[in-house]
Amino acid sequence: MLAYIGRRALLAVFTVWAISALAFAIIQLPPGDYVTSYIAQMASMGSVVSDEEAQNLRIQYGLGQPIYVQYLKWMELVVQGDFGFSMEWRRPVTEVIGDRLWLTVVVSVAALLLTWVLALPIGIYSAVRQYSVGDYVATFIGFIGLAVPNFLLALVILYLGFTLFNAHIGGLFTPELQDAPWSQAKVWDLFKHLPIPALILGLAGTAQQIRIMRANLLDELRKPYVVTARSKGLSEARVILKYPVRLALNPFASTIGYTLPYIVSGSIIVSIVLGLPTVGPLLLKALIAQDMFLAGTIVLLLGVMTVIGTLISDILLVWVDPRIRLEDT
Amino acid sequence: MDCGTPPIPMDVRTATQTLLSVRNLKTYFPQDEGTVKAVDGVTFDLYPGATLGIVGESGCGKSVTARSILRIVDRPGRIVDGEIHFRRPTTNGGAGQTVDLTKLEPNGPEMRAIRGAEIALIFQEPMSSFSPVHSVGNQIIEAILLHQQVSRRDARDKTIEMLQRVGVSSPEARVDQLASQLSGGLRQRAMIAMALSCHPTLLIADEPTTALDVTTQTQILELMRQLQREDGMAIMLITHDLGVVAEMATDVAVMYLGRVVEQAPVDAIFHAPQHPYTRALLRSIPRMRARSRARLTPIVGAVPHPYDRPSGCPFHPRCADFMAGTCDRRAPSLRPVGDQHTVSCFLYE
Ligand SMILES: Nc1ncnc2c1ncn2[C@@H]1O[C@H](COP(=O)(O)OP(=O)(O)OP(=O)(O)O)[C@@H](O)[C@H]1O
Ligand SMILES: [Mg+2]
Repeated sequence: MLAYIGRRALLAVFTVWAISALAFAIIQLPPGDYVTSYIAQMASMGSVVSDEEAQNLRIQYGLGQPIYVQYLKWMELVVQGDFGFSMEWRRPVTEVIGDRLWLTVVVSVAALLLTWVLALPIGIYSAVRQYSVGDYVATFIGFIGLAVPNFLLALVILYLGFTLFNAHIGGLFTPELQDAPWSQAKVWDLFKHLPIPALILGLAGTAQQIRIMRANLLDELRKPYVVTARSKGLSEARVILKYPVRLALNPFASTIGYTLPYIVSGSIIVSIVLGLPTVGPLLLKALIAQDMFLAGTIVLLLGVMTVIGTLISDILLVWVDPRIRLEDT
Repeated sequence: MDCGTPPIPMDVRTATQTLLSVRNLKTYFPQDEGTVKAVDGVTFDLYPGATLGIVGESGCGKSVTARSILRIVDRPGRIVDGEIHFRRPTTNGGAGQTVDLTKLEPNGPEMRAIRGAEIALIFQEPMSSFSPVHSVGNQIIEAILLHQQVSRRDARDKTIEMLQRVGVSSPEARVDQLASQLSGGLRQRAMIAMALSCHPTLLIADEPTTALDVTTQTQILELMRQLQREDGMAIMLITHDLGVVAEMATDVAVMYLGRVVEQAPVDAIFHAPQHPYTRALLRSIPRMRARSRARLTPIVGAVPHPYDRPSGCPFHPRCADFMAGTCDRRAPSLRPVGDQHTVSCFLYE
């Protein structure tokens, strides 16, 4: 088991490295080097960068040296929490991203949790009552959930909220608290705002997960161990929840990793529509404006988050499936 | 008693002592293509402490009969007719009231109290009949906790004791292992331990040794016999292996296409088979002590598709004694032809 987790952790480290290389490549993409564009940027704002300062920057970023040296210098800064300067916002990247990274994580995890809370019971019901009316209804809603683009759903909900309840549903905070420092009231405010974006972001995933859960469980329900469990005299609910559901859940634990980035990338348009302060819209703007330090940083941070998510799901998988523990111990 | 009138005459032994008495059981699976009549009028009796061998070709409804008795037939299958009278033991071990299992709610409290505690099941796939992610012990302990008022610790001790009884070496260690860590033979032993953990009066064994090699098969059968001697439970042994039947059974019921065509004590089946199908079945297996090198004759024809059963006697298209105008028109019913010997064939009507 330790060997398994060790292998996974090693893979994670390697993946993080690959992502960092990718982020670095993104930063290097625009023509000209960073310091030159920085000077031009500053000049356009009316402030002059002294030659000495420019020289310092060149040394700091290793400009003019081989590319791997530049990469290492950049990594050194990143590890210290210095992600460079955003041309577009004229502020350090860390300041621009601010809470957005954490809010992205919060919204995505909420969407993921909601997906599970909805998809698992519905999927179980659909499998256990295969071809029942409820199964058909779930399937129908599921396909609608898959077919309707989530930004459209977001628009519809905004519209309905506005016309029916005269309420503005967007955002993650009430305007008064938007820029307030963190407090209990603000956390509670966030909590109250979460369900709608989580629902909209999670709907397509929910539809998909219902199908997966249903198919997994239908497979498991046919296995002889279910007959064994039943023949002991266990109640039907216990038979199903303890045995086939447990096995049908395994594939889910392994999907956490890639569901998260799926939600984040899927959230860009929804975030714009709903005015959510996540990194999605920021990434889009940064790419359009060729604000490469910002874009590269967002890609890097999201990538690392995903790797962490995958690692967590791998460990979770060991926990739910003891068979993995047995493999080459 | 709530037996109603049985369709065939029952002798004294039947009326007073049967542990399990199945009458005209029909279990159908409605499908888009038509109804699969998996069990179509099964009738047999099983006595306390006896071993009833159920034999018949693949697909004749042996497993569905077993599951019908336990009321765990897979949907969309359901019992459409018939009775299953089971004599429940009293708390002091004596014979108690009979209940008609077909009248019980499949997942109701009474059926669940019977299932696993009074009627237990073991079946073919020792590989997949344990959950791959729960320890063997966990699954046995669960059965004990469900039916007996004992603490978890006691249940665990009982489990270890039971594993010991069925011949699992170092049961203290095995109890926490997964089924995949056990060999096929050990797994089937653990399965038997689980089935017998609550001391059932009836053990249904659905081809318990088919998936095992010959040596292990012999050991498992010997184990079942030994446990039967010690615990006195009745065994309903489903198999296509007539050799196993000869070795284990006290009585035999021969099934063909969802029906019992002949039931008799084991000696009568082997030495005086009455039904043409039973005779054909016996001719199709090699005899160990055959004097001459008698030729094996496979049964002609194939088992008909379950959707379109032949009219009249279901065996008539393959029968050597087919009587035109009778066998293809009407269906015969089980009639006594000797002591505890019943046959369903027009040759004896
Ligand atoms: N879940 C099901 N749905 C539809 N038909 C079924 C189902 N289970 C069994 N049957 C049908 O019922 C018939 C009897 O099946 P059963 O499993 O009882 O045969 P069997 O005598 O146990 O055969 P074997 O010796 O191969 O185990 C078969 O024709 C089978 O196709
Ligand atoms: Mg079978």
